[in-house]
Amino acid sequence: MRQIAIYGKGGIGKSTTTQNLTAGLGEIGKRIMVIGCDPKADSTRLLLSGLAQRTVLDTLREEGDEVELDSIMKDGFAGIKCVESGGPEPGVGCAGRGIITSINMLEQLGAYTDDLDFVFYDVLGDVVCGGFAMPIREGKAQEIYVVASGELMALYAANNICKGVQKYANSGGVRIGGVICNSRKVDGELELLTAFAKELGSQLIYFVPRDNIVQHAEINKKTVIDFDPESDQANEYRGLADAVQNNDMFVIPKPMVQDRLEELMMEHGFLGL
Amino acid sequence: MIPSTSSLIPQKKAKSASQTVLDKYSAKVYKKRKTHMLMVDHTAPAPQEIEANVRTIPGLLTHRGCCYAGCKGVVLGPLKDALLLVHGPIGCSFYTWGTRRHKARPRKDEKNFVPYCFSTDMQEGDIVFGGEKKLRTAIDEAMAIFKPETIFICSTCPVGLIGDDIAAIAAEAEEKYGIICTSFSCEGYKGVSQSAGHHIANNQLIKSVIGTGDSVPITKLSINILGEYNIGGDGWEIGRVLGRIGYETVCVLTGDGAVADIRNAHLAELNIVQCHRSINYIAEMMQAQYGIPWLKVNFIGVSATIKSLRDMAAYFVEKTGDDSILQRTEEVIADELVEIQEELDYYKQRLSGKTAFLYVGGSRSHHYQKIMRDFGMSAVLAGYEFAHRDDYEGREVIADIKVDADSKNIENLTLEPVEGKYHLHLSEAAVAKLKTTVDDFGYYGGMMKEMENGSVVVDDLNHFETEEFIKMLEPDVFFSGIKDKFVVQKGGVLSRQLHSYDYSGPYAGFKGAVNFGRDVSMGIYTPAWKLVVPPWKRQPFLSGTIGDA
Repeated sequence: MRQIAIYGKGGIGKSTTTQNLTAGLGEIGKRIMVIGCDPKADSTRLLLSGLAQRTVLDTLREEGDEVELDSIMKDGFAGIKCVESGGPEPGVGCAGRGIITSINMLEQLGAYTDDLDFVFYDVLGDVVCGGFAMPIREGKAQEIYVVASGELMALYAANNICKGVQKYANSGGVRIGGVICNSRKVDGELELLTAFAKELGSQLIYFVPRDNIVQHAEINKKTVIDFDPESDQANEYRGLADAVQNNDMFVIPKPMVQDRLEELMMEHGFLGL
Repeated sequence: MIPSTSSLIPQKKAKSASQTVLDKYSAKVYKKRKTHMLMVDHTAPAPQEIEANVRTIPGLLTHRGCCYAGCKGVVLGPLKDALLLVHGPIGCSFYTWGTRRHKARPRKDEKNFVPYCFSTDMQEGDIVFGGEKKLRTAIDEAMAIFKPETIFICSTCPVGLIGDDIAAIAAEAEEKYGIICTSFSCEGYKGVSQSAGHHIANNQLIKSVIGTGDSVPITKLSINILGEYNIGGDGWEIGRVLGRIGYETVCVLTGDGAVADIRNAHLAELNIVQCHRSINYIAEMMQAQYGIPWLKVNFIGVSATIKSLRDMAAYFVEKTGDDSILQRTEEVIADELVEIQEELDYYKQRLSGKTAFLYVGGSRSHHYQKIMRDFGMSAVLAGYEFAHRDDYEGREVIADIKVDADSKNIENLTLEPVEGKYHLHLSEAAVAKLKTTVDDFGYYGGMMKEMENGSVVVDDLNHFETEEFIKMLEPDVFFSGIKDKFVVQKGGVLSRQLHSYDYSGPYAGFKGAVNFGRDVSMGIYTPAWKLVVPPWKRQPFLSGTIGDA
């Protein structure tokens, strides 16, 4: 079982990318569980065709000790098992503690079965506190993919995430598997992301081009592979799935200082302006 | 008063003791701990300085408590009519339930919540989703069952981390029920010790309780007793004597105290301050807001009690121009002494020449030196858990105390006179005149000035240092608390708890002094643990063979 966590700046397209990627893996018969680690609980919407998923924490709160795995895990596209951790409304309580609680609960309920090929954690935005690092602690995800684009803030966040990963890489076994570019069609994006990933000591594992069909699929509550299997974008996600499946480059990242990050930006991103 | 060098304390021994203890530390710890200990030397060219109220070094077994302990446990805990609702998981509530021997006796029709333990009992789900709803429910339940007129909400660590808005919920409850509901953000991690909690409690009481009442005192001799927590009934003994003289106690902060009385505190003529550390903020703030002067008193020990009573009388003579209060004071003192003199003499003869360590909170280590001296005993080592430099060196150093990040984190109120409620109680000239005869008027001189040359002062004394100093300085008795008592006592040195008086007391005032003499004599002349030979000294506990044998 490979456990994989997907991080990246808020709004960068982590959930969309994760669901399309897992759809690609599911299509070729892989057994997968996706755990949404975001209080908004929208990480599995496309796989479940918009089915409102009861979150682990809501169930825990309402049913106390009587939680059954069936009530919090639903099968989605291609038999992918979908779980939403859930959490408090914005501005209340502790979302980080929520993630810890719900992952512990999943373990206790035996959600991590041996027949699974992949477990994906789709984690909210930045690694703001210990709770959001839960998926990469000892015994959990060993591989991290960072979703980024050619915008400075996306790279800044990606670099920060690598700092968090570096901390846990030294104590546990977690490694960066690569940077996934979810293209915003900014200038020199491919070159910039390639250089950025290289500077981190990692790789740009896949460049997902921008295509409006992703939005069409989302409005229809489907992944692209489900919505239009013949489209070019569906093939791109299959390519991403293939790259992740066959990836063998796992490194401890070397995050850079802010100045170096901006230098890279000047070298590549703005060069053509 | 500068005491003369005592023959009881071998000076060289004391100096080398500190050095021996420090020598065991690594360079870094050595450097930090060195500033927390000194040997008193009144011949030094400048007043001696000691470091205090800074973080304990991790790894040292400190006896300090936390901010919550200072706020909920010390200052608010003794209040009878306030329902203390602890917002947090159950442990902090349970372990502060009935552990401090602050006695309370409700008056007719008065509510007494001291025996109770109220908690929101936060669970994991409350941490994740926020505990505000549960706190609201708890308040509703408390109102339905107990109908208190005051609810104080004390938050514990997790509440601060998840950011429950307890101030808003308190305001909501005030609106909904027409009661006093005040929140205390006294999360345990704030500050470096329980001292931070005292300050937070002081601030909130000033903001939301003091000054809200309008019950004017009947007599001209009205006082508030600040920093007296009625441990083992101390406050009752003090109250008995003050009552005989004719004083009218408006309120006590907070031993056997009531919020209903504290609301009227601003109408009293004088604040007397027993525990300087935990309550001096209120004394200062009440002076700023209402003009009420304060007097540092000490009712521990006969001579200290007499001095305090005379100082109080001097203030009221100055204020009223009527010296009958002074006469009455002397009459009561004489009368009280007649009753106890014989017993005092007996215990003095039993205790004279005995030496002691004192390691208590923020004032008792000083207060009890007076009663010891009355009995002919002397302090070879004294220290505070959580006091500040002014408690050691006197209030004159307050302006020089370095403000660090930890102390900045605790709100420091600067208050202006309250219109219509501020009264000038004494003219500047009268204050100046009074200060020439009453040194403790609006002033606290600290512990060190009154200690003997050659005695040792240690701040935040830890377990290792306790054991080492005891081995080297060999006191007859170790006055301390429950955390360190038993190690020392079972090692053969008597230990009495000055936080709780074990199961005895009161020790304050005239009759309390007799109790103290009796308890310490009993302990010293019943050296049970010294007579016990532990089994490991008689026979080996380990057996085995070496090599091939």
